[in-house]
Amino acid sequence: MTGDSADRHMTGGTDPADRHVTGATDPADSRMTGTDSADRHVTGTTGPADRHTTGATDPAAALPARMIEASALSVWLGEREVLTEVDLSVRRGEWLAIIGPNGAGKSTLLKAVMGVVAHRGDVTVGGRAASTLRPRDRARLVAYAPQTPSLPPDMTVYDYALLGRTPYIPYLGRESRHDREVTGSVLERLDLAEFAERRLGELSGGERQRVVLARALAQQAPALLLDEPTTALDLGHQQQVLELVDRLRLADELTVVTTLHDLTLAGQYADRLLLLAGGRAVAAGQPGQVLTEALVGTHFDARVEISLGPGGRPVVHLVRGVS
Amino acid sequence: MWMAGALGVLAVSMVAGLLGGAADISPWQVVLQAVDWLPFVHVDSGLAPVEQGLLFELRLPRVLVAAVVGGLLAIAGAGYQGVFRNPLADPYLLGAAAGAGLTTTVVIVLVPTPVVGIPVAAFVGAVGGVFLAYVLGNTAGRAGGTATLVLAGVAVTSFLTAIQTFIQQFKVEELQRIYSWILGDVGGGWDQFWLVLPYAVVSSVLLLAHGRMLDVLSVGDEEATSLGVRAGRVRLAVLLAASLATAAAVAVSGLIGFVGIVIPHVVRRLAGGSYRIVLPLSLIGGAAFLVLADLIARTVIAPAELPIGVVTMFVGAPFFVAILRMTRQTAT
Repeated sequence: MTGDSADRHMTGGTDPADRHVTGATDPADSRMTGTDSADRHVTGTTGPADRHTTGATDPAAALPARMIEASALSVWLGEREVLTEVDLSVRRGEWLAIIGPNGAGKSTLLKAVMGVVAHRGDVTVGGRAASTLRPRDRARLVAYAPQTPSLPPDMTVYDYALLGRTPYIPYLGRESRHDREVTGSVLERLDLAEFAERRLGELSGGERQRVVLARALAQQAPALLLDEPTTALDLGHQQQVLELVDRLRLADELTVVTTLHDLTLAGQYADRLLLLAGGRAVAAGQPGQVLTEALVGTHFDARVEISLGPGGRPVVHLVRGVS
Repeated sequence: MWMAGALGVLAVSMVAGLLGGAADISPWQVVLQAVDWLPFVHVDSGLAPVEQGLLFELRLPRVLVAAVVGGLLAIAGAGYQGVFRNPLADPYLLGAAAGAGLTTTVVIVLVPTPVVGIPVAAFVGAVGGVFLAYVLGNTAGRAGGTATLVLAGVAVTSFLTAIQTFIQQFKVEELQRIYSWILGDVGGGWDQFWLVLPYAVVSSVLLLAHGRMLDVLSVGDEEATSLGVRAGRVRLAVLLAASLATAAAVAVSGLIGFVGIVIPHVVRRLAGGSYRIVLPLSLIGGAAFLVLADLIARTVIAPAELPIGVVTMFVGAPFFVAILRMTRQTAT
């Protein structure tokens, strides 16, 4: 941890995406070493449930083209059905943005895929049925950052990011040196090395978001589920976070699923959009196919105009009422 | 660094605990005698056998019981706070105190001269109270919810306290004994120490081992689940260990308040929020705190004694406020 700041100075003004290539933290390598440690932990514990993970079938190895799939996903919260028969399919390396009006079930969909809410329907993660995966194995495949993560104010940034290594550490065990190295390199990659000993309660909004991202990345899962990663951030910090996610995605071939309430941002960054309304998937496709005046007007109950913006991607404008 | 400091404070407070008391013994000789007790060390303290006996039979077990009870209460408090993610959670939250209070009252009222009975009764009562709260909390509300569990603890506490008060009213002549038990006492001697030690070791080891898991729980159940942790299972394990610690402490010393809340907080303020630090430092800090509290209880109005529970609250509250103020100033 202490050597991090020196490295930072040497690389100077290069952006974080470039830096990791020069360092010892090439994503492919770290994924591989992650595999090793996974095996080691498995042999260490001897529960019967471990059997299916031994050998060459490490969850992170040999990922299929369809990274996340869900069919007929339904969720009830109490008496209310908040998600109805939603199908979802995300290709490896793709960025899917889930959009929709408030209460459409965007966050619930992410939670169902993550397995943190009770649901009906099948979820497949990395080609394996989620219901057959042990929680730790699922956590090695998918990392999740909620919309309002709870950040214990007295915990240090480093300790918090280290939590991302939980799926690799035995229940009552300690983290290995490899776990600490991964955590350290993730912090460095997100320009957080100098914050390592800072307490979470002392961070600004943008820093908090990066710290949450660091925890998710320390998980070294090939898929990231991010619930409204730009909430409560100003314009510049929204861009900073989404750019960061984009760079990491391209560098590590991560699969990214985010909910985003800002339609223009969703159209800018995502490869595909999924529009939810009233708990149902009402449209899916490339940004230009989903962000149409008709669809947005109907489902958001808004008067909008859509124009073509940067990169030929749609930009959504609100239209002021005349009456 | 923190650990070494805390151990130093504990050592000093234990020697101070041996020093203080009604009989006058020279400090230097007490230190020599304490060193002599250490295994494989022989030092001649020059104390008369009577004085040695006083130290060994009265003061030493008292200091040790205070240390063990204080450590247990503090680490149990830290454990409960981690499980409930609530800084106000304390060892008595889930009805342990009320349960122990009830069974102890019953024993005092029914048995004319209970000697061995009280610790056993207190232990059974504390465990029973927590068990009742847990069953109630899990059947009444959504399974595993911490809020329902806390509410169940409150309900069990009120209910059991009501029964206890009811019984008390029929035996007004026993009020004094019941009351003095409730306010706490660590002067039970070696028997009490050996009684509490096995539970203390088991529960402390269990709690210390769960430090990292409590850190995971501190980000919430959903995130803990997303990290591959079965939150309900961790919570149950920590609850069991913390309740065992509480029951053991209550059994030998009665109800000593404030240690379980104040010590983990002070530790958190000073050394950071990770339970991997908070748990061990609470254990040590709680031990040192209660040894000193007992010292004050024995000396302030010597040769009479104050109930130790009064001291922990009287000293603990201002101390707590001072720490809160101090750290707020440095933080901002």
